[in-house]
Amino acid sequence: MQRIINFVLRYRNAFLYAFFAFIALVMTFRSHSYHQSKFFNSSRWVTGSIYGAGSDVSSYFNLQEENQRLTEENQRLRKMLFNSQEDSIQPLDSTLAVYEVLNARLIKNSFTSPRNYITIDKGEEDGVHQDMGVITTDGILGIVENVSKNFATVQSVLNTKSNINAKIKGTEYFGSLVWDTKDYTEVQLIDIARLVPLVVGDTIVTGGMSSIFPENVPIGTIKKYDLNASKSFYNIDVELFSDMANIKNVYLIENKDKEEIQELEARTIE
Amino acid sequence: MNNTVIINILRFALLVLTQVLIFNNLNFLGFINPMVYVIFFYWYPIKGNRAIFMLTAFLLGLVIDIFSDNLALHALASVTVAYARPAVMRFCFGVNYDFQNFSFKNTTKVQRITFLAIIVLIHHLIFFSFEILSITHILLILKKVFATGIVTLILCILFSSLFSPKSE
Repeated sequence: MQRIINFVLRYRNAFLYAFFAFIALVMTFRSHSYHQSKFFNSSRWVTGSIYGAGSDVSSYFNLQEENQRLTEENQRLRKMLFNSQEDSIQPLDSTLAVYEVLNARLIKNSFTSPRNYITIDKGEEDGVHQDMGVITTDGILGIVENVSKNFATVQSVLNTKSNINAKIKGTEYFGSLVWDTKDYTEVQLIDIARLVPLVVGDTIVTGGMSSIFPENVPIGTIKKYDLNASKSFYNIDVELFSDMANIKNVYLIENKDKEEIQELEARTIE
Repeated sequence: MNNTVIINILRFALLVLTQVLIFNNLNFLGFINPMVYVIFFYWYPIKGNRAIFMLTAFLLGLVIDIFSDNLALHALASVTVAYARPAVMRFCFGVNYDFQNFSFKNTTKVQRITFLAIIVLIHHLIFFSFEILSITHILLILKKVFATGIVTLILCILFSSLFSPKSE
């Protein structure tokens, strides 16, 4: 017994190191395979406030550029609105609209790690929930992962855990959008059958299979494609419309029918 | 004694803030985010309880992890550096390190830079290996380790000469 105690005391630093390393390793492997930790993430109050304060300062540096971008988007939307011929009488009752849109500001961006998370300055109190879709003025950005009272974290499309339903614009050929971590301007569209005619430059949009994003939200254009190892599906490199390194204002989309759809699907599987 | 504790707590807080607010958003050449907080392990007092040093290192890493949403990668790398530091110091400064009155003042610049470089190398190697966690991406890991490591090292040398402690 004495010897064991002496042994432990002699190597106490090694044991302590092993203990800390074990905790850190467990957390690391969990983050590789499971969802983001509920408690330790940057949507918490302390981290969120510090990022908020930092972003309050840095947002002044590109106000003009950001204004320009928002004005251009307004212009595009107005043009669409004035030119839409088909019965433009929308139901005034807002409860009938399927999609609810919120706006938010980015307070922390990240695109260099294999699992990127983005923090925004709206939380539960502003009506943000888990699994809301997030888009920028140009295209898709990600899905809300964790929500605190005043902040939320978004799992970016630049995340190895991200998997979003997408299709080729104008067709119903759909596949999954994933990321191979190599380049932050490109994501990969997989599971498109080889008989689908593809052209470099074709637009990729979100598909209608998910209850998170509405159909036809722009994602990017086809940059390069080749067949995968089994020679039956395409691997398509998609160049993103959103400049992931330079985002400030985002929109959150909520599908009001989502719960009903999910409940129905859950019941069907049972 | 009390003074060093306060200095280290301040250093801890300031390094966390500079790391998460400035250096994590640097994205130099698209992917280089230097991890300057590694200099904490260079500045930390040499004579001290190793257990407390490791605990501090773990906490420092964990706080930065929470900010950057990649849980426990920084903590793992930091605690390893803290554990390996005495061995690295013995390697860099030779027998001098074992004397009671050892301080950075009676070491050469080359020795100090080697010490920093080894610390940065260990830290980055562990960080990127576990971040990517795939042997098939070994080239990507090495590219990230060396590119980020060199920038971190240059910044750390600059920081250490800018804020060199006079009394230690």
